[in-house]
Amino acid sequence: MKPFTYQRVSTPAEAAAAAARMANSKFIAGGTNLLDLMKLQIEAPAHLIDVNALKLDKIEDMPDGGLRIGALVTNTNLAADTRVRRDYGVLSRAIVAGASGQLRNKATTAGNLLQRTRCPYFYDTNQPCNKRQPGTGCSAIGGYSRQLGVIGTSDSCIATYPGDMAVAMRVLDATVHTVKPDGLTRTIPIADFHRLPGDTPQADTVLQTGELITAVTLPKPIGGTHVYQKVRDRASYAFALVSVAAVVQSDGSGRIAVGGIAPKPWRNEAAEADLPRGAKAVTTKLLADARPTEDNAFKVSLVERTLAAALAEAKG
Amino acid sequence: MKFDTPAGQNPIDQLKVVGKPHDRIDGKYKTTGTALYAYERNDAVANHAYGYMVGSAIAKGRINAIDLAEAKGAPGVIAIVTAANAGKLTKGDFNTANLLGGPEIQHYHQAVALVIAETFEQARAAAQLVRVDYARGKGRFDLATELKGAPLKPAEDKGPPVDRVGDFEGAFGKAAVKLDARYTTPDHSHAMMEPHASIATWEGDKLTLWTSNQMIAWGKGDVAKTLGLPKENVRLISPYIGGGFGGKLFVRTDAIMAALGAKAAGRSVKVTLQRPLMINNTTHRPATMQRIRIGATKAGKITAIAHESGSGDLPGGQPETAVNQTKLMYAGANRLTSMRLAVLDLPEGNAMRAPGEAPGLMALEIAMDEMAEKLGMDPVAFRIANDTQVDPEKPERRFSQRQLIKCLQTGADSFGWNRRNAKPAQVRDGKWLVGLGMAAGFRNNMLMKSAARVGIDRKGIVTVTTDMTDIGTGSYTIIAQTAAEMMGVDLDKVVVKLGDSDSPASAGSGGQWGANNSTSGVYAACVKLREAVAQKLGFNSTDAEFADGKVRSGNRSVSLAEAAGDAGLVAEDAIEYGDLDKKYQQSTFAGHFVEVGVNAYTGETRIRRMLAVCAAGRILNPKSARSQVIGGMTMGAGAALMEELAVDKRFGFFVNHDLASYEVPVHADIPHQDVIFLDEVDPISSPMKAKGVGELGLCGVGAAIANAIYNATGVRVRDYPITLDKHLDKLPEIA
Repeated sequence: MKPFTYQRVSTPAEAAAAAARMANSKFIAGGTNLLDLMKLQIEAPAHLIDVNALKLDKIEDMPDGGLRIGALVTNTNLAADTRVRRDYGVLSRAIVAGASGQLRNKATTAGNLLQRTRCPYFYDTNQPCNKRQPGTGCSAIGGYSRQLGVIGTSDSCIATYPGDMAVAMRVLDATVHTVKPDGLTRTIPIADFHRLPGDTPQADTVLQTGELITAVTLPKPIGGTHVYQKVRDRASYAFALVSVAAVVQSDGSGRIAVGGIAPKPWRNEAAEADLPRGAKAVTTKLLADARPTEDNAFKVSLVERTLAAALAEAKG
Repeated sequence: MKFDTPAGQNPIDQLKVVGKPHDRIDGKYKTTGTALYAYERNDAVANHAYGYMVGSAIAKGRINAIDLAEAKGAPGVIAIVTAANAGKLTKGDFNTANLLGGPEIQHYHQAVALVIAETFEQARAAAQLVRVDYARGKGRFDLATELKGAPLKPAEDKGPPVDRVGDFEGAFGKAAVKLDARYTTPDHSHAMMEPHASIATWEGDKLTLWTSNQMIAWGKGDVAKTLGLPKENVRLISPYIGGGFGGKLFVRTDAIMAALGAKAAGRSVKVTLQRPLMINNTTHRPATMQRIRIGATKAGKITAIAHESGSGDLPGGQPETAVNQTKLMYAGANRLTSMRLAVLDLPEGNAMRAPGEAPGLMALEIAMDEMAEKLGMDPVAFRIANDTQVDPEKPERRFSQRQLIKCLQTGADSFGWNRRNAKPAQVRDGKWLVGLGMAAGFRNNMLMKSAARVGIDRKGIVTVTTDMTDIGTGSYTIIAQTAAEMMGVDLDKVVVKLGDSDSPASAGSGGQWGANNSTSGVYAACVKLREAVAQKLGFNSTDAEFADGKVRSGNRSVSLAEAAGDAGLVAEDAIEYGDLDKKYQQSTFAGHFVEVGVNAYTGETRIRRMLAVCAAGRILNPKSARSQVIGGMTMGAGAALMEELAVDKRFGFFVNHDLASYEVPVHADIPHQDVIFLDEVDPISSPMKAKGVGELGLCGVGAAIANAIYNATGVRVRDYPITLDKHLDKLPEIA
């Protein structure tokens, strides 16, 4: 960990201004990922802006029937919220499928969206990694890649987005709300929030320098049966090999998003239209462009089988 | 005390304290945080500095140059140790690679520098500023490739390269039913909770190390050898150890570099290995590639059995002895075992809990399941049909005790084995394919000299002092029970002091030999102390009775406190063994039974229940013994289902070098475990009539899980761990 300066801020505007003033600064909330990365000097901010006092920890009803989730709502509180459990069950299930109770108590909604990849080569600072050190190369390609991406990857990076919560948010068509250092706000559909690596895998999201997430909103409930299937080698406390978030309607139509296979929660509305035809039809379309490695080729059939499990669970 | 004839009746047989499920006497210290581990010994050292290790970024090659300028100028930095300024170091007897690398690099994350600073954070930050210029060399990292043409390695020095009995090839060729199958087990990490850690202090040329080490006397010797010190100038103190599993059998770089760092800094230095270095800097259980051939008559009698295993290690290393148990497990007139050892430039392979048997049984006991199926026999019945009461290679050697059949029968009855459907992939429970599996477990009982000192003070408190260690196993408690039984006092009147190299040298903790040998050493010292008490009181030591804190003879009764007097009484002795382990084969046995569910969609395996039935001599403390067995079963579940150090064959290192990516079982993986101990005493083993049990729980359980998965799915996987990708595309159609 490199020495850094630290300040607490009390309003989003103050946070944005602080970020504009200090080069190489980072916001910190729960710190469950950032602190680990700082110890390894994978992240080495010169300045930390503690946003925990921003009072963004409420879950509020929206006039359109949706829900506004403050950026600082903890994973624990979000998963336990009665409205979330009733109307957005897939989100609640996805959250409790991740991490541990202790981590979920600290982890925040915004921070979770910004969780960085768990690619082992990203974590080993002796190894080349374009995401960690742009231009050094990708040591995961040709290396141990069982956990890594099969689609949306590039010749520069095959890392995955590791989280669960965002997969459910993707299926719910959530929107990310931000404020930029100049004080302007914007909204970003969750579909556009995480980036594909291309030649610049160092940027995980479309957030600009100093841009702060203030909330995530969910559209009004869409009904249906909510399922989150997470597949992993051990029963708990592991990142997904593959996960499927599904909302299935009684007529067999629905939405699905897949985690653990790509740099972002993976959803394809055209493939989804085939849901009534079953898991195979959907997966064939969803993963038509998949480029798995030898180590992770199994993920292609695992997606199909996990989707089949999700559909069976939805059917009851 | 020389133990060279089977034990007769002795005071341990009273079983007033021994054999009872006492809580750990050190439990309250551990649960209240007052048991201080090596890195926490701020009570013992003042004004220490912190060392942070720099591990090599390459697996094989040389250091061209190290630029320390920037690191030396960083805030708080006191000194930096590298091979260039460390002075002459000699490799310890128990190490394969050097504990400080440079200029030659032998493996990834080999220590190349220790940065010492005022705070841990300063040392860690400065360590990132150490600039090492490497010349990467060509390494050998792929076991399968390197095993081709690798030499045979005799099981015993100067022994035959291939152990043979009868004519294996001939008998196998003629066998009515045969199996020829290959199995692999991956590299495993000990992954214990407490990392390797040490604090070093010099007083003149005398070195004290507060460290975390299972084998104090070995450690003292190797620290002295490595640093070129006389043994008497080295003291190791290791009273509490947060897990070891063999990873702390040997002195590692934390201890050596802390000593060198303390010398360079001119003050005490504490060092812990960061988690990634535990995996690539220290030792691991080597991967194996095994071939097993079994031939049998149609009636299920084994006529030929062969087990060949290959593993790799750094130059000068040792093979993983995965064929051990196959020499002894089953009858059969024609036998062959052999091992090959390839040279690999991966980190050092060495002992991990049940070395040899753990990976060997993972293969052998699948092979037995496969044979049973070919024969159309029940797997329990097939094993019983091929039991042997003698060493099959040397039939004149009987087993001292061998209740494998009873383990299997008791387990089968208790587990409901008769409800198993012998045809695989028949049982469904919703989305779960359900299967039952079993395996036999086996682990040898090793005898090692072990010494202790026992004293009584004027308050009647019995104090046991020995360099024995407690690695979370319960040594404190069984040693206290032994002394309490022998001296006739309650457990709370016994004080046990462990883990100090100034104390009499014990067997230490490893190879499941700790419990039996260390308590036998305490027994020997207690016998001597009883004689001293009797002599002081003018009692005839043979008819003196020690009970209720008193010693009685005829109508005289004197309290131990009074007998000890102000000066107290002390006796020291060691247990030393004759050739009973040559005349008899001493082993421990288990029957493992497992029920699994395999998710019909995703292929995920989840264990539903586990049972181990163990025959392991006298169980000194059923509670701590059970903890050992269920811990072993849990480790076996990890080996069966998830544990694998992934090798990057290009760069030569274990990629998943933290506890997020090297997965071990969590609570949710282990829903229900039962343990049954058969009533057994083994007077040929020791005066305690006990044997080891700390590794038996691991031995065989992986194969029982593998066999249960096969029974559930009908897909036979012979490459561990059995992760979902190994059988996903072959699972039965989802209805």
